Amino acid sequence: MHIPDGFINASTSLGAGAVAAGGLGVSLRRAAQTLQDRQAPLAGLVAAYIFAVQMLNFPVAAGTSGHLLGGVLAAVLVGPWAGAICVAVVLLVQALFADGGLTALGLNITNMALVGGIGGYAVFLLLRKVLPATKAAVAGAAGVAAGISVVLAAAAFVVEYAIGGTGGAPVGTVLAAMVGVHTLIGIGEGIITALTIGVVLGVRPDLVYGAADLQAPLVLEAGEVT
Amino acid sequence: MRSNLRLFLVGGLLVAAGLALFVSGFASSSPDGLEKVAGDKGFLQTARDHLFADGPLADYTVRGIDNERLSTGVSGLIGVLVTFGVGFALFALLRALRTRRDRSEPTRAP
Repeated sequence: MHIPDGFINASTSLGAGAVAAGGLGVSLRRAAQTLQDRQAPLAGLVAAYIFAVQMLNFPVAAGTSGHLLGGVLAAVLVGPWAGAICVAVVLLVQALFADGGLTALGLNITNMALVGGIGGYAVFLLLRKVLPATKAAVAGAAGVAAGISVVLAAAAFVVEYAIGGTGGAPVGTVLAAMVGVHTLIGIGEGIITALTIGVVLGVRPDLVYGAADLQAPLVLEAGEVT
Repeated sequence: MRSNLRLFLVGGLLVAAGLALFVSGFASSSPDGLEKVAGDKGFLQTARDHLFADGPLADYTVRGIDNERLSTGVSGLIGVLVTFGVGFALFALLRALRTRRDRSEPTRAP
């Protein structure tokens, strides 16, 4: 899913850079408003975990692999705004490893952090509305939303390709191929996301932003009031 | 910071580091979804080399480590530590900036 330099022309890449900068600016401001003390190391951990799992390409079809994008995983753990920043940090660090073109950084942040992360989190919220308020439902909603987010990110690439693709392939066939293969990759994304959220919900449910409503409200008993 | 949270953070980092160090070498080396589509649809050749394609960590290897799995694993460990550091520092900075702004806002008289 990491776009290299050259796939998309300079002006479209620049435009996506502006979208990415704007989206991250909003995310930084919104994240700062709700930032809790414990969130700084937690966000670092979320980014580090996504970096690690992005290295673990799994086979999806003959001669094709996929890996976690992590946008919904991050959003459900630390909130959509901080989550988008986490994914952007991962994409930035990956430049050291020559993964994802430098001129395509705006495209990649737009697709994976903004469309996949924040867009995927919107899907998660919709699913939570129709599902019961249980830990299992939160993990399931995160998994399904994560799977859909991969297809959304793939579709975002096709939009960019339609605007400024340099290769000349027909957009319709690129769309069909991208959605097809990323539906399969989305299944892996969904499983990894649901498992990870499930484990954190089991160990420290209070650290899952997307399950904050499951925390039992503090009940003050009369005797405790001094 | 509660010690319980510290334990969670250390445990989580160990999991991330372990995956990057020991499991990444066994990942599928087939092209990913986008690369495959680009190859099939004939626009893979429009990709240009990354600016850091000859860098010391290019393609998740560490220059100088010849064993392929070890090279990938060590590069992954470096990536995990750098990503944690950058993420932690960025959010700590964000928190510090907010704290300063909160202090500079006038407080209302009781």
